[in-house]
Amino acid sequence: MNDYEVIIGLEVHAELSTKTKIFCSCPTSFGAEPNTHTCPICMAMPGALPVLNEKVVEYAVKAGLATNCEISKNSKNDRKNYFYPDLPKSYQISQYDKPLCEHGYVEIDTKEGKKKIRLLRIHIEEDAGKLNHDEFAGGSLVDLNRAGVPLIEIVSEPDLRSSEEAEQYLKKLKSILEYIEVSDCKMQEGSLRADVNVSVRKKGDTKFGTRTEMKNMNSFRSIVRAIEYEANRQIDVLEDGGTIEQETRRWDEVSGKTFSMRDKEDAEDYRYFPEPDLVAIKLSDEYIENIRKNLPELPESRKERYLNEYHLSEKDSNIISSSKYLADLFEQATKICNNAKAVNNWIISDISRILNETETEPIEIPFDSNQLAKLVILIDKGVISSSIGKKVLVELFENPRDPEEIIKEKGWIQISDEGAIKEIVMKILEENPQSVSDYKAGKDKALGFLVGQAMKQTKGKANPKMLNEMFIEELKK
Amino acid sequence: MDITELTVHELQEKIEKKELTIKDIMQAYIDKIDEKEKDVQAFVTELKDEAKKQAEEIQDKIDKGEIKGKLAGIPIGIKDNICTKGIKTTCSSHMLENFISPYNATVMEKINEQNMINLGKLNMDEFAMGGSTEYSYFKKTKNPWNLNKVPGGSSGGSAAAVSANMVPWALGSDTGGSIRQPASFCGVVGLKPTYGLVSRYGLVAFASSLDQIGPIAKDVEDTAILLNIISGHDKKDTTSANIEKKDYTLNLKKDIKGKKIGVPKEFFGEGINLEVKESLENAIQTYKNLGAEIEEFSLDIAQYSLATYYIIACAEASSNLGRFDGIRYGYRAKDFKNLKELYTKSRSEGFGAEVKRRIILGTYVLSSGYYDAYYKKAQQVRTLVMNEFNKAFEKYDVILTPTSPTVAFDIGSKSNNPLEMYLADICTVSVNIAGLPGISIPCGIDKQGMPIGMQLVGNKFEEDKLLNIAYAFEQAIQFRKNYKPNFIK
Repeated sequence: MNDYEVIIGLEVHAELSTKTKIFCSCPTSFGAEPNTHTCPICMAMPGALPVLNEKVVEYAVKAGLATNCEISKNSKNDRKNYFYPDLPKSYQISQYDKPLCEHGYVEIDTKEGKKKIRLLRIHIEEDAGKLNHDEFAGGSLVDLNRAGVPLIEIVSEPDLRSSEEAEQYLKKLKSILEYIEVSDCKMQEGSLRADVNVSVRKKGDTKFGTRTEMKNMNSFRSIVRAIEYEANRQIDVLEDGGTIEQETRRWDEVSGKTFSMRDKEDAEDYRYFPEPDLVAIKLSDEYIENIRKNLPELPESRKERYLNEYHLSEKDSNIISSSKYLADLFEQATKICNNAKAVNNWIISDISRILNETETEPIEIPFDSNQLAKLVILIDKGVISSSIGKKVLVELFENPRDPEEIIKEKGWIQISDEGAIKEIVMKILEENPQSVSDYKAGKDKALGFLVGQAMKQTKGKANPKMLNEMFIEELKK
Repeated sequence: MDITELTVHELQEKIEKKELTIKDIMQAYIDKIDEKEKDVQAFVTELKDEAKKQAEEIQDKIDKGEIKGKLAGIPIGIKDNICTKGIKTTCSSHMLENFISPYNATVMEKINEQNMINLGKLNMDEFAMGGSTEYSYFKKTKNPWNLNKVPGGSSGGSAAAVSANMVPWALGSDTGGSIRQPASFCGVVGLKPTYGLVSRYGLVAFASSLDQIGPIAKDVEDTAILLNIISGHDKKDTTSANIEKKDYTLNLKKDIKGKKIGVPKEFFGEGINLEVKESLENAIQTYKNLGAEIEEFSLDIAQYSLATYYIIACAEASSNLGRFDGIRYGYRAKDFKNLKELYTKSRSEGFGAEVKRRIILGTYVLSSGYYDAYYKKAQQVRTLVMNEFNKAFEKYDVILTPTSPTVAFDIGSKSNNPLEMYLADICTVSVNIAGLPGISIPCGIDKQGMPIGMQLVGNKFEEDKLLNIAYAFEQAIQFRKNYKPNFIK
C-alpha cells in the first residue's frame, strides 16, 4: 500500500450566481415550481436561439483571474452533443478547444508546506435540467428550471496526491469563489459539485496509471471517502495482478463503495463542433484589466493580515479567512467593538461549534456583525458574564435581535451591586459550613465550589469577579 | 381585371386611389386559392377564414383612421418552418404534424407590425431538406407552369403559391438555394439575403450558419419592399448584423450603365442544360445593351462548394434536429420499453428518409476520428470560397450565373436519386457558403414553356445594388407580361 502513490484530478462545476440564465432571461433562483423558470429558449422550442449573458463571461473571467489563469481574448462556444431528457436541445453549449481561462493555479497548505495545484482550464457552459423519478408512477418527469443555469467548469491538472489534498483544494476553491462572489457554492443544492478522477501508480513511476472517474459528487466527505475507497480498490486490483479499466464509477454513500457504471467502450462521442448560433467571444485588454482591478481581497491576503494586524494564530487565521462570510463578520464586528481577540474566540469556538452541530454554512448565520459586536461589548462592560454571553449567542442563532434587548427580556443582566452580591455570599456561606471549614483548612478548591453555588442560585447572573473577591474577603474574616 | 395578377406595389396604388379595398383583395386571393389549390397543393395550413376576418377588422380600422401603413391588410404566405404563434408550424414533417409554436418568429412580429395578413403556411421539403418539395410528409406541390413538374424546393410551396397567384408574395428560407431554385423553377423572383441581414429567431433551424429567411415575390420591386420589412438587427439573434437599416427601394430604378458584371465560366460548363445556357447568354446580351460591362472570369474554388456545403449543412442539421426527441413536443412513438427506444422509435417514425440520411451524414462527419478530415476541412474550404468571392467583388458589382443547371424536372424523376438531387444545388450553394446575397429572376422559358432563372450574386450587405441590377434586367425583358403559368395537366 505504501509503495503506491494516488493521483487525483478534479473537474469542479460551480453554478454562477447571475440573476438570469446563460442564454435567456429566465431567473436562476433555486426551488421554484417545476418548469416555471422556462421559456422557448431554455425549453429548446424549434427556432429559438441563444444569446450569451455577458455577466457569465464577466464572472468566469473573475474566477480565472482569482485563480491566476491566463484569460483568452479570443474564445468561443461549442456544442457537446448527447441525448438525455434533461438536456432539451440534445446538446450542451459549452467550450471545447478555446476556453475562457487557462493555465492557472491554486495554492493549498499541506504537511510539507505550500503546494501549487495547477488548473488546466476554466470554461463556461450551461447546466441541464433535472429528472424526477419518484413523483409519477407512469415514468419520469422533467423539470427544466435548472436548464441553462450558468456553470463554470474548473479542471485541475492531476496534481493532487491524497484525499486530504483534494479536500484542501476544494475548500480553497470554494472559498475563492465565495470571495469573488461569483457562486454561492451551496453544495447541498448542487451549486458546487465535482467529477473526481483517481488513478494509482507505484512510487517512482513517471507514467500515470489508468484512471477511473466518479461524477457529480457534492459533499467534501463523500469525495474524501470515495477517493480513499477507489485508491485502495485500484491498488488491490493491481496487487492481485489485475488491470484497471478506464471507466465511470458510481459512488454509493450507504455501502461506502464504488460501482462500475459504464466502461470506455460505451464512452459517448460528443461530436463537439463550434456553436453556429453564437458569435465568437472577443475580450479587450481593457475589459480584462478592469475586472482585475476590481477583484476583491482574496483569502490568502486576508489571512496574512489577520496574522500580522490582529495577531491571530495561524490556525485561527486560516479558519476565519477560509470563509468570506466569517472573515467579513470578524472584521466588521472587530471594527465596532475593538476587541479582535474576543470576536475571534466567539467565531472559532462557539459559532463554529453551532455551525457544525446544525450543519449550516457560515453564509447562513442569521445575525450580523453589529449584533455580535454588541455581545462582546456587553461582556467587556460587565453587563453580562461570558456564560450568559453563550446563552445570548444561542438566542442570536434562534431569533436574531439586539443582544441588549435579549438580556432585558430574559432578565439576564449581571448582578454587580455590592449589597446584593454580599447578600448572596452570606447566604451561601451559611448554607455550606463544610466548605467554609475545608477552605480554612487550606483546600482552595472549596472556593470554586462556593462561587459555583452562588452562580447557580443567581442563574449565572452574579458578577463572577465580584463574587470571588467577596468570598475571599468574607472567608478571611 | 384579375386582382391577383397585380404586384403588391400595384395593389398599394389601387388602394391609395380607393379603387380597391382590403376586403376586395382578400376575397380575390381566397377565390384564387379555391380555384387553384386543388391542382397546385402549395398549402400545409390554409388560413382563409381567419384571413377574411382579419381583413374585415383591418379594413374597419383603416376606415376609422386607426391604422395607417402602406402594407396594412396585404396578404402573405409563410413557409411552414417559420414559427407562427398559435398556428401550426410543421416543417412539412410527421415529427411536427401537430406542433403549435408558443411564440412568433421575429419576421412574423415584423409582418404583424405592418398589419399584413397571413393567408397560410406553405409546403416545403421536410425540414427544408430537398430541392423539389417532394420530401414533404403531407403532399407534393405541383409546378403551376406544368403540374407534372416539381416546383423546386425546399420553398416549393412558397414559390408555387406566388406563381399561381394564390398569395401576392411569400416568405421562404434558403440554406443552399431553397428560395432561389424554386423561384427559378416557378418563374418568380426569390432573394436570399446576406447571412445576418434577416433575423433567424423563430426559423426552425436546418443549418444555422447557412440559413436565411428571404422574400419570394412577383417582381424585384416587391422583393425590395418585403426585404425592407423583414431585415434589421435582432437582439434575439446574435448572428444578425448590427448595421444601419437601408431602404432597398431607394436605388432600385437607377441606371446601371457602367456596372461591372462578372461571369464565372465554371458555372456554364458541364452539366448545364443547353437551353438554360442559351437563355443566360441572351441575358448577358441584354445587360450589354443596358450599358453594363461584362467580363468572364474564373471562380475555380466553386467546384468544391457542393461537397463543403453538404458536410457543413448536414453536420449542423444532425445537431439542430436532436431536439426532436419525443420528450417535450412533437411526435412520440406509441410503444417503447425504455428511454433509448423512446428516442429511436420516435425519431425513426417521425422523420422521413431524406432527413434521416442527412442526420446520419452529419453525425458521421462530426464523429471523432473523422472531424478533421471532413468538418474541419470543409470549414477551411469555406474560408477559401469566401476569399475567392471577396477577390471577385473587388472587380465586379455582381456575379451572374444560372440559378439551376436545369429547368423544373418531372415529379418522381429524381426523388430516388439523392446524389442527382444534390447536384441541382450546384449553382446556389456557394452563395450560402460565402454568406452572400443572391437573387433569382426569370430570364426566359425553354421549348417546353418552363421558366429559366438567372442568379445574380452581390457583395455582403449590398442588396440595394443587387436589386438595382436585377430590376434593370426585369424591366428590359418584361417576363411577366410575356409569359404566364398555364397549369398544364
